[in-house]
Amino acid sequence: MWEALRKSTSVTQAQPADGFLASLGFALAIVAKDVRVELRSREALSGSLVFALLTLVIFNFAFDLDGEMKETAGPGVLWVAIVLAGMMGLGYVFAKEKAQGGLEGLLLAPMDRSVIFVGKAAGALLLTSALELFLLPLFAVFADASLLSPGLIVIVILGTLGFVTVGTLFSAMAVTTRSRELMLPLLLLPVAIPLIIAAVEGTRIALQGQSWGELLPALSVLAAFDALFLTVCPPLFEYVIEEMAS
Amino acid sequence: MNIRLNALAASTTADLPGLRFGLPVLAAALLLAALTEALVIAPTEAAMGDIQRIFYFHVAAAWAAFLAFFIVFAASVAYLRTKATRWDVVAVSAAETGVVFVSVALVSGSIWARSTWGTWWTWDPRLTTTFLLWLIYVSYLVMRSMVEEGPRRATFAAVFGIIAFLDVPIAFMSIRWWRTMHPTVLTGSGFSVEPAMLPALFLSLAAFSAFLLHLILLRSALERSRQEVTELRRRIGWMEERRS
Repeated sequence: MWEALRKSTSVTQAQPADGFLASLGFALAIVAKDVRVELRSREALSGSLVFALLTLVIFNFAFDLDGEMKETAGPGVLWVAIVLAGMMGLGYVFAKEKAQGGLEGLLLAPMDRSVIFVGKAAGALLLTSALELFLLPLFAVFADASLLSPGLIVIVILGTLGFVTVGTLFSAMAVTTRSRELMLPLLLLPVAIPLIIAAVEGTRIALQGQSWGELLPALSVLAAFDALFLTVCPPLFEYVIEEMAS
Repeated sequence: MNIRLNALAASTTADLPGLRFGLPVLAAALLLAALTEALVIAPTEAAMGDIQRIFYFHVAAAWAAFLAFFIVFAASVAYLRTKATRWDVVAVSAAETGVVFVSVALVSGSIWARSTWGTWWTWDPRLTTTFLLWLIYVSYLVMRSMVEEGPRRATFAAVFGIIAFLDVPIAFMSIRWWRTMHPTVLTGSGFSVEPAMLPALFLSLAAFSAFLLHLILLRSALERSRQEVTELRRRIGWMEERRS
């Protein structure tokens, strides 16, 4: 897989970056780089995995997840774990670039700056999805819930997409400030709370095994958030990255 | 550096003098008229009694807050387009003033709810959205205090100001499918308010809007003076460094 990715990127590097395919190649190169770095260090993923596990355990004692609280508290517990652990991972998205001078490399590459954002967000999305692949089965075991509902999977995918997109933008802003551990939650949580509410409500409906019609309001709100963040964040990132380098 | 300082000084004095002096007078007159209308002339509500009179200021404060946050949004877009400091000044002034007004709306609504619903707070969509609004713009202000002054802070604040404003309508939709108990003033078929109460409501809306704009202008002037002082201090420090 890496060979294929490397090939696709080395082809595009030979020519100026215009056109959709060239941009896609650049974005994929950034994703490949981030995944490779993460596979070698396993820093962000292992940290956030352990953190998510701890969150689940603590909530399990607080709410008695296999008892009567399962239906009311379960979806909230799942999303609190995803959001808190996901936010830890998002904090790493630009930390390494900033610390090791990767940012200058990215800025010097002959490509549109919003492509950098797409690559970085896609990398963060892969990382968060890996976290969820671990977290969801654990949640299913603890809360005795069935994961095999297509509604639940769509809700999780849509919720994660919006959260990670806006989170990547704010992570870029946070990494340049003195107190970035404080800054990311400060920016991300107020903006993401409505999206998380929709995801929690949707997860509850999906876990009750209701029909797609019942899921529609949650799905449309999540889709609206995703559409908003996906259109607004890449152009705004161009302004942010200008300030990151200075 | 000279050019920047001169530009700052020029923008302080270049304010429309009519607005500078006319707006506070207008706001004061409107506020007095609105107070008289709301507290004396408007009829007492049959079911709720006098506590209903909070409504005029509650709605006006909420409206002024939305207006302020729209100004934050517009100024943020203008800042990113022009990179002119004055837009950042307008944005922070409007955000601060908006937080004050949204706090007024939350507190006055809470007092009214205690008497009418029998509870200080409920997680109704409108209440939740308003509280969220308060949270978002308090975060905006805290974020500004955590980043050093300069183009970086202005850019980050503008980016956040734009996302925050676009976030709110969907947030309202997202929270709405919980049941709502908040009274609806503006329905599809017009105002659901007694006609005799409308003058007080409209006067309050106009008064709070004028008052808001006056506060934003005052706060902007203050912010510009503050920046001017910072710039002068920097120059003094620079000169002393050269002398030693």
